[in-house]
Amino acid sequence: MDFRLTEDQRALRDGVRALLTGRFGPEALRAAVARGGRGLDRALWRELGAAGFFSLRLPEADGGAGLGLPEAVLAFEEAGRVLLPGPLVATHLAAGQVAGAAAGETVVTAVHGGLVEWLDESDTVWDDAGGPSGAVAAGAVPLTSVDPLTPLHRIPEDLLTGPTDPLAVLLTAAEQLGNAARTCEAAVQHARTREQFGQPIGAFQAVKHLCAGMLVRVELARAAVYAAAVTADPVDIAAARLLADDAAVRGARDCLQVHGGMGFTWESDVHLYLKRAWVRARRGGSITESEDVLADDLIAGTGR
Amino acid sequence: MDLTYTAEEEEFRARLREWLAGALPALPPKPSPDDWPARRAYDLGWQRRLYDAGYAGLHWPLDAGGRGATPVQHLIYLEETERAGAPYVGANFVGLLHAGPTIAAEGTAGQRARWLPPVLRGEEVWCQGFSEPDAGSDLAALRTRAWRDGDDYVVSGSKIWTSHAEVADWCELLVRTDPAAPRHRGISWLAMPMDAPGITVRPLPTLAGSAEFAEVFLDEVRIPVTHRVGAENDGWRVTMVTLSYERGTAFVGEVVACRRVLGELARAARDNGRWDDPALRRRLGGLNAEFRALWRLTQWNVSEAQRTGGVPGVGGSVFKLRYSHARQELYDAAAEVLGPEALDLEREWTRDRLTSLAYTIAAGTSQIQRNIVAERILGLPKGR
Repeated sequence: MDFRLTEDQRALRDGVRALLTGRFGPEALRAAVARGGRGLDRALWRELGAAGFFSLRLPEADGGAGLGLPEAVLAFEEAGRVLLPGPLVATHLAAGQVAGAAAGETVVTAVHGGLVEWLDESDTVWDDAGGPSGAVAAGAVPLTSVDPLTPLHRIPEDLLTGPTDPLAVLLTAAEQLGNAARTCEAAVQHARTREQFGQPIGAFQAVKHLCAGMLVRVELARAAVYAAAVTADPVDIAAARLLADDAAVRGARDCLQVHGGMGFTWESDVHLYLKRAWVRARRGGSITESEDVLADDLIAGTGR
Repeated sequence: MDLTYTAEEEEFRARLREWLAGALPALPPKPSPDDWPARRAYDLGWQRRLYDAGYAGLHWPLDAGGRGATPVQHLIYLEETERAGAPYVGANFVGLLHAGPTIAAEGTAGQRARWLPPVLRGEEVWCQGFSEPDAGSDLAALRTRAWRDGDDYVVSGSKIWTSHAEVADWCELLVRTDPAAPRHRGISWLAMPMDAPGITVRPLPTLAGSAEFAEVFLDEVRIPVTHRVGAENDGWRVTMVTLSYERGTAFVGEVVACRRVLGELARAARDNGRWDDPALRRRLGGLNAEFRALWRLTQWNVSEAQRTGGVPGVGGSVFKLRYSHARQELYDAAAEVLGPEALDLEREWTRDRLTSLAYTIAAGTSQIQRNIVAERILGLPKGR
């Protein structure tokens, strides 16, 4: 047993981080917000495709990198760190099955948790059962999305097909992990530099303990998400999902708290992290579903 | 990221499992939780069996009489002994997990030869004399004084929260050897024989009604200078070595135990009808996520320790923080499952609920752990 990143995995993570921070840094994020969730950046989508973001789990014979879920999780964690917009999870899961998805030529969205993201900007929709769904697209009702970078449509109950795909849940948890890690860093950065009462606010225990709590949640979520990527076990995935949602949502709230009044402004990026974390928390289906999976496992006694 | 165990590790597990299956049925019955002399005898008897089978001091270095096992083998050991329901380290806790590793790392050859084998063979019990009435979380505020008189230190002061003090043979004692020095620099680490004249032990009942720990009063106790581990006035650094062991590995077996208890809770709830309550089911499901993740974090930390040569890092504080609170939530959930029975002190889960309250205080309170995480991992400025 050696539950650490391999050299190759570190290199992959660093490569994805370099690509994404270069291509979708804070200025690009603000520009996307200014566009108000209209106009998915198709050029970026193709770049992601060329870099293998969507195809990395496809066999080499099919033009993929032949990598596994742990590598996909590392890539999605990086996407979560920079708040990369778009139906990334759905397109990744459609690669190899929908023409052009692997290369980033086709944007694929899907129904997850009763919602469809980026419906108007996507080329095709999949439902929870993993097939193309025209009925879903026709019956979708637009919402005014709380997240300015994720347009949303709600799906009427009678069109829902079943529980959310565990792989979508896991990749979403990986994005939540990146979201949580980033807000922890941002809070710490702010606490080190922002001065009140003649010293950095990070010297005050009240602030310090908020930050420590954020890191503890990030590290626990990381262990759970990475382990679920290795085992691909549905119970591990349910656990990863609960902890990653908690780390992302509470982390973003605590980050906002550390930023004080600045955090409550539109100009600060903090609210974008919180709103995206809310959207993704819903994407994994209801919390109850995951808790039920974990409760049933206790009775079945399969746990290890 | 590899969660599969190597063939060698699996072979180690299989041999251990086989030995446990043979050794456990031969154990005498468990003594009453409040009978400390009987518990001492029971725990030492188990330690002797481990020693004879070659499992004593598994994670200690070879030159300290240990087996030089890798952190992963130690993890497997803790996992398998807990699964088999083997006795806890119990009265040997301080000797095996703290004082022993500290002496192994910092002691002279003579000190290692004197103190380590009796710990491994189950002949001597150690207790910890760190905390004082005015120096618990602020450990560096300790005031117990030691001054030189010929070849002895003469020690006066008092210690508190000293677990197993009345059945211990030795105490790892922190004393102030230079009151004029900055408070972290004037401290020394001594091995004190508990039968020395001038020592008074007063058991201190816990809120669970048991005598887990004691106050220890020291009135001009003479301790040979040769009993000092590390240099004079360098005891703080030696102590930090000890504490990193305490936080790094001390709770591994307990995570496995909590996961077992959680499964028992769910089945008890199914049997008494409480399982029909969706809120309770969801609560237990959430705890399952928590303890699974804590186990994965353990595997993560052990993998890191394997890389750094077995020395646990500050990652132990991250684990300890979350684990100690999760353990309390677990026994609060147990109370919900038990219903009115949860107020019966004869119930094991009721006693465990009471003892779980110590976990956010002992071995560094949660507040101290958060400071450690914030300052040493996140690099936030020191404050008041």
